[in-house]
Amino acid sequence: MSYMRRSWRLYVIFALPLLYILLFKYGPMVGAQIAFKDYSVVKGIWGSDWVGLKHFIRFFNFHDFWTIMNNTLIISVYSLVVSTPLPLLLALSLNAVRQRWFKNTVQMVSYAPHFISTVVIVGLLLQFMDPRAGMINQFLGLVGIDPIHFMGEQRYFTSIYVWSGIWQHVGFSCIIYIAALSTVDPSLHEAAVIDGAGRLKRIWHIDLPAVLPIATILLILNTGQLLDTGFEKIYLMQNPLNLSTSEVIDTYVYKIGLLSQAMSFSYATAIGLFKSIISLMLLWTVNRTASKIGQESLW
Amino acid sequence: MDQLSSRGDRVFDMFNLLILGLFLITVLYPLIYVVSASFSSPAAVIGGRVWLWPVDISFEGYAAVFRHRLIWTSFMNTITYTLLGTVISLVITVLAAYPLSRKDFKGRKGFTLLFVFTMMFNGGLIPMYLLVRGLGMLDTLWAMVIPSALSVWNVMIMVTYFRTSIPEELLESAQIDGCNDFTYLLRIVLPLSGPIIAVMTLFYGVDQWNQYFNALIFLKSEVRFPLQLVLRDILIQNQVSQETLGDVSTAAARQGLRELLKYSLIVISSVPLLAVYPFVQKFFVKGIMIGSIKG
Repeated sequence: MSYMRRSWRLYVIFALPLLYILLFKYGPMVGAQIAFKDYSVVKGIWGSDWVGLKHFIRFFNFHDFWTIMNNTLIISVYSLVVSTPLPLLLALSLNAVRQRWFKNTVQMVSYAPHFISTVVIVGLLLQFMDPRAGMINQFLGLVGIDPIHFMGEQRYFTSIYVWSGIWQHVGFSCIIYIAALSTVDPSLHEAAVIDGAGRLKRIWHIDLPAVLPIATILLILNTGQLLDTGFEKIYLMQNPLNLSTSEVIDTYVYKIGLLSQAMSFSYATAIGLFKSIISLMLLWTVNRTASKIGQESLW
Repeated sequence: MDQLSSRGDRVFDMFNLLILGLFLITVLYPLIYVVSASFSSPAAVIGGRVWLWPVDISFEGYAAVFRHRLIWTSFMNTITYTLLGTVISLVITVLAAYPLSRKDFKGRKGFTLLFVFTMMFNGGLIPMYLLVRGLGMLDTLWAMVIPSALSVWNVMIMVTYFRTSIPEELLESAQIDGCNDFTYLLRIVLPLSGPIIAVMTLFYGVDQWNQYFNALIFLKSEVRFPLQLVLRDILIQNQVSQETLGDVSTAAARQGLRELLKYSLIVISSVPLLAVYPFVQKFFVKGIMIGSIKG
């Protein structure tokens, strides 16, 4: 009892954020029960009738189900495979630069695009890739290549999405590795030099092991977000011509739930829930694998 | 050191600098191009005569931006959302992080788990929409600043900061001096948390400034639209009103001005962030580093 008399103020401080989390994070989880119901505005979330897995089965039987699943998986795995090693490589490479001013310049410039908004980034992509006035097609014109309508070709969509993401975020993502590299004991490098180890050898045997634990943790965390394909950006990049490779679960949920006339809340929620559950399972599997092979893990 | 480096090392260094140089150009060139294009004449932009520096310097694009009727209101809206949203986010983040950083806070483990779980699982878009609608926040200012006010990731960074940067003995001596938890947080912890509060202000501020999706789903009235939503209409959906283009007559000239307008708009919308960027980039780095210590 004396504990509460001494510490009740901590709980008062904590009350507001706790309420917030319960309402705005757990509230929607409770609301997600409409995935198993036929939501009607009149009856509300709790009063609507249970229909079991009807909405899930409808989605599995939907004729574009596999297209949407494939697109979601391809875009996520492609991003993960490219965006995991590149920041690490950039950090190792920057760490090896001895000219401080050059290192600082590259770092400062490379962070900048991270703060540009998604709308502007996609706007830039559209400008640069415009078949007539776009900078890229003008370059191609110089070497005699006919203009390409990049945004209209479905086969370019995924690469444009992934690599523009790298352009925007690789500099910022590498900060964490640079921080880890700055903690490497310089005497290790000195000792290695005396033993005749070259630069590449030292990077391989000293720098890389120093950042690998962080890389593993980040990989696990990113796997948890794997299916959260950058919805906001993909939605902006979509046009009728590239839809067959650009439609992903998130964009489909938005269109079904909030854009279409029918407003099928229950069906859209079911699709969203299906995605969240798969993500959670992926995260769990990767984390288990990582802890089994002796790497870092989340829990 | 330099005498010691072998030929292989020198080759490596050259190669490394070359790659980084190319990387630098790849990042920098598009940014320079946009600024240069925005100051060029419409004809030069559409004719592909802009390569690096402005050609036939003109401010027509900027003039057109300011003729667009929604620009000013949306700019003001974004400033309001950013200021209000950042304050709300900061308050709630500090209130969450401080108790979670205290070792003697009973239930700390459970509460932390409750917070962290929301990073891995969420109810989804539609239940969130129904919640916001149920709370009567649709098409109001609150829909822009409340639903995404708290980032659990930022709470965890702040917990780490409180735990590693504020010595525990301080609490004991403050308690002996008659400080309770309210006054301790207000008079001792907050004044010692300048760096982390700066970082959080920047993280939340940038997010709010760049936010368009909440506006897209929660807002209906044009007068409440933030800048990003207006940008989307012009940059992505190519909707430019007639009065914005002014008294330009020929189709070609109109097309040129349309393109120019986009470059100018990109520059204007990014200026506030780019203006503070050189001063704050050190703080961002610090924020990430604190996060990477990880409790």
